[in-house]
Amino acid sequence: MNIEHLVKMANQIGDFFRSYPDQEQAKQDIASHLTRFWAPQMRQQILDHIAQTTDTGLQPLVLNAIREHVHIKNAAQPT
Amino acid sequence: MDKQADYGTPASRVTDQQVTLEIDGRQITVAAGTSIMHAAVEAGISIPKLCATDSLEAFGSCRLCLVEVEGRRGYPASCTTPVDNGLKVHTQSPKLADIRRGVMELYISDHPLDCLTCSANGDCELQDMAGAVGLREVRYGYDGSNHLDAEKDVSNPYFQFDASKCIVCSRCVRACEETQGTFALTISGRGFDSKVAAGNFDNFLESECVSCGACVTACPTATLMEKSVIDHGQPEHSVITTCAYCGVGCSFRAEMKGEQVIRMVPDKNGGANHGHSCVKGRFAWGYATHKDRITTPMIRKSIQDPWQEVSWEEAISYAASELKRIQAKHGRNSIGAITSSRCTNEETYLVQKLVRAAFGNNNVDTCARVCHSPTGYGLKQTLGESAGTQTFDSVMQSDVIMVIGANPTDGHPVFGSQMKRRLRQGAKLIIADPRAIDLVSGPHVKADYHLKLRPGTNVALITAMAHVVVTEGLVDEAFVRSRCEWDSFEYWSEFVAQPEHSPEAMQEATGVSAADVRAAARLFATGGNAAIYYGLGVTEHSQGSTMVMGIANLAMATGNIGREGVGVNPLRGQNNVQGSCDMGSFPHEFPGYRHVSDDATRALFENAWGRPLDNEPGLRIPNMLDFAIDGSFKALYCEGEDIAQSDPNTQHVTHALSSMECVIVQDLFLNETAMYAHVFLPGCSFLEKSGTFTNAERRISPVRRVMTPKNGYEDWQVTAMLSEALGYPMPYQHASEILDEIARLTPTFHGVSAQRLEELGSIQWPCNEEHPTGTPIMHVDEFVRGKGRFMVTEYVPTSEKVNSKYPLILTTGRILSHYNVGAQTRRTENVAWHPEDRVEIHPHDAEDRGIADGDWVGITSRAGNTVQRAQISERVQPGVIYTTFHHPESGANVITTDNSDWATNCPEFKVTAVEVTRVTQLSEWQRNYQEFSDEQIALAQQRDEARVE
Repeated sequence: MNIEHLVKMANQIGDFFRSYPDQEQAKQDIASHLTRFWAPQMRQQILDHIAQTTDTGLQPLVLNAIREHVHIKNAAQPT
Repeated sequence: MDKQADYGTPASRVTDQQVTLEIDGRQITVAAGTSIMHAAVEAGISIPKLCATDSLEAFGSCRLCLVEVEGRRGYPASCTTPVDNGLKVHTQSPKLADIRRGVMELYISDHPLDCLTCSANGDCELQDMAGAVGLREVRYGYDGSNHLDAEKDVSNPYFQFDASKCIVCSRCVRACEETQGTFALTISGRGFDSKVAAGNFDNFLESECVSCGACVTACPTATLMEKSVIDHGQPEHSVITTCAYCGVGCSFRAEMKGEQVIRMVPDKNGGANHGHSCVKGRFAWGYATHKDRITTPMIRKSIQDPWQEVSWEEAISYAASELKRIQAKHGRNSIGAITSSRCTNEETYLVQKLVRAAFGNNNVDTCARVCHSPTGYGLKQTLGESAGTQTFDSVMQSDVIMVIGANPTDGHPVFGSQMKRRLRQGAKLIIADPRAIDLVSGPHVKADYHLKLRPGTNVALITAMAHVVVTEGLVDEAFVRSRCEWDSFEYWSEFVAQPEHSPEAMQEATGVSAADVRAAARLFATGGNAAIYYGLGVTEHSQGSTMVMGIANLAMATGNIGREGVGVNPLRGQNNVQGSCDMGSFPHEFPGYRHVSDDATRALFENAWGRPLDNEPGLRIPNMLDFAIDGSFKALYCEGEDIAQSDPNTQHVTHALSSMECVIVQDLFLNETAMYAHVFLPGCSFLEKSGTFTNAERRISPVRRVMTPKNGYEDWQVTAMLSEALGYPMPYQHASEILDEIARLTPTFHGVSAQRLEELGSIQWPCNEEHPTGTPIMHVDEFVRGKGRFMVTEYVPTSEKVNSKYPLILTTGRILSHYNVGAQTRRTENVAWHPEDRVEIHPHDAEDRGIADGDWVGITSRAGNTVQRAQISERVQPGVIYTTFHHPESGANVITTDNSDWATNCPEFKVTAVEVTRVTQLSEWQRNYQEFSDEQIALAQQRDEARVE
């Protein structure tokens, strides 16, 4: 996927959760949203983007949420 | 054919008092307020009548239903006389017989005596009454002044008005008023000159008539008659089924002659529609037998190749081999499927099962992605269940009705009529919409507040309303304390109370005066039962999910949830939006809204389906398209959906489809998406299959097969065949077995079965051990999630901004006579009302650009350019234009962008920055589209020619 599009989508998620007073909770909620609704290949792409780029375009809250809480789980392996 | 009983007058609204009386020597106890006529029918006694029917209030004009009541003078009309304790009523006596014969003599003296050749022969109340009263002669003769030469009005495509047969009983006029609420018909003239007229118009087609058919259903003679009955004669049997158009889910009697539908008549027992209908469900079913139907499977290697007709076996085998080949080459996740809200629950369930169990991934999505996915997300977060909270009937207990981003009289017409009925009874109305929909000001309906906000500012508006509720002490604190998470309320109320969320601070963004917002908020909070109805004008925004949560917040804060007359009511666009979501067709969840990562749920389905299942969410429709362009998503099975027309940024969609190696389309017609397909699997209409639809009020209604599938198979069977070819057999014998599996695996459906639907007619889920007959109103004692959760709704302006290059905002919607992409309704006579999409533009904006009504105008956005005719209209506000998307060549979605809701990726159809200019030719996209479309039709015709040879 176009990485700019993914970054925009991630920042939109951040826009929603940034209003919460507990920023740690906000980070977890952002990460949870990405984990529950984004396919793993989308999460992998944004993780790769963060690993490879200094100017990610991500809001700091979103960047930290992804860095701290977003992982690619070991997916079940259906046939 | 069985006729539905007609009680003559509506049932009494009194429920707590009973009255006992005697009619013709029979004792009967009925509810107080019941008419003598209605009570008589309940006692099995039929009183002659002509102007009475139980869908309309008593009128008392025909004088045929007179009775004698012991101890009372005269001959009261049984339709207008209520029962009383101890009454002794006689419905037959020599005097009554004389009176009735006299009445009938007068009617028949001015009526054509052509019963044998009349279209109503066998279904005419006038004929029945002549028999009932023993009419044997007409003493006045037939030579006096009469109306026998009155002209027929055949202008309406679906029914005719034969004035020569009219007895001026006013049933049609009253149906137009009471049932439909349009007030298009009237009785003009007086005395002998009295006649039914379509207002001040020359004929029905030109009039304000919305062709709902209520007048035709109400007419006791052949005066208003379906042309299909005139052409084919009276039906001989009927089957109750469910309409396949909008989310109201009307119940219909398909009246048949063998396997031919003669007419669709709204079912009086329908839980959603109570005998009413709209032009689509009542009349626009001809697409099912349209010549454009493709009934033989077709395949081709490339979209430049002609189609080849093949056997089902060959088509399924080819499709399966392609899917296997692509997965072997590009990986398990390189394929996916899209199902549709036009499909039954059983079909949708099978498609997601196919994807999860046979494809081995979760790449399944539904068209609800592009309409109500924010409803699912927002209501789940706040209330705990992804569904509306009420019945449609609940609106009759509402004191304040707030309609946000919905146009019920066009999009959900039968419910729109019910809402208008309540408004005529005095309920207050708040409308939040950028455009003046019909409800803003219509016959006997006027909005108390029309909050004409700028597109894209819903969240600012709802937060400002919440600000008023909180800062003016209008919160229902007792409700909030007992029913909601207090912590979440405290934080939310602190947030909305901030000065920057006041109506005064928000009015620059919304364009709505602070005074109006304050007044509307006060009315909503203090006006009694307040209910919110919303549509795609809420969800199809970059903050669609936020707005849904804002609506739930407002309902909870004011205690307007958990009983009749209140609630949060998403008006679903298509017939089975609710059902398709319930059935697990989103990529992240199984049926019943359970996340794929939940180990216990996944184990349940793995055990039932015998396959290991992926624990990660799959791709959503926009993600599939993006990955197709990237080259990693290579094949799509698309059932019943037309993404090349309905989804935003058409050029992006068609680029994605062109990038795939195998597109399999299952549909009735060679639709826009099918032009990019390699396999075409013919689908069948709702008339040709069995299953269930679930409407906007969670009502599961049976879809019953009334004719043999023209393509040979019901749609669920096609999916099952594909699955078997992929090595995963689905050995169901009937759709009801699929429903049984759904019920076994989904707690909210545990009590649902075909048998239970036969018994109850329809069922609102949850239906299980706790709620064996279903759940009309949700969240009554507690929310599904326990305590209701308030969510903070910060207004974030859309990134789709106007500027000097794109100074106007385009918003899109739909029109009464067409349905979604129009694939069905464009193949009916409904095109008489809407032959093309037009762009509405305010007179000021038109004048600035030198645009006159009917001019061709180019509409240019950051995504694309198209050309439509202009319609100058003050319905839209300056700075905003509006169009519909029912005709593919008008390219409405060429202009819309791929901006989307933050939580669900639901496209922001409602806000596109554009410029409009006068032009003299079609856009480049339209010219290319026409060329491509012509080529594709030619490739399909080559298949036709090959078959003829």
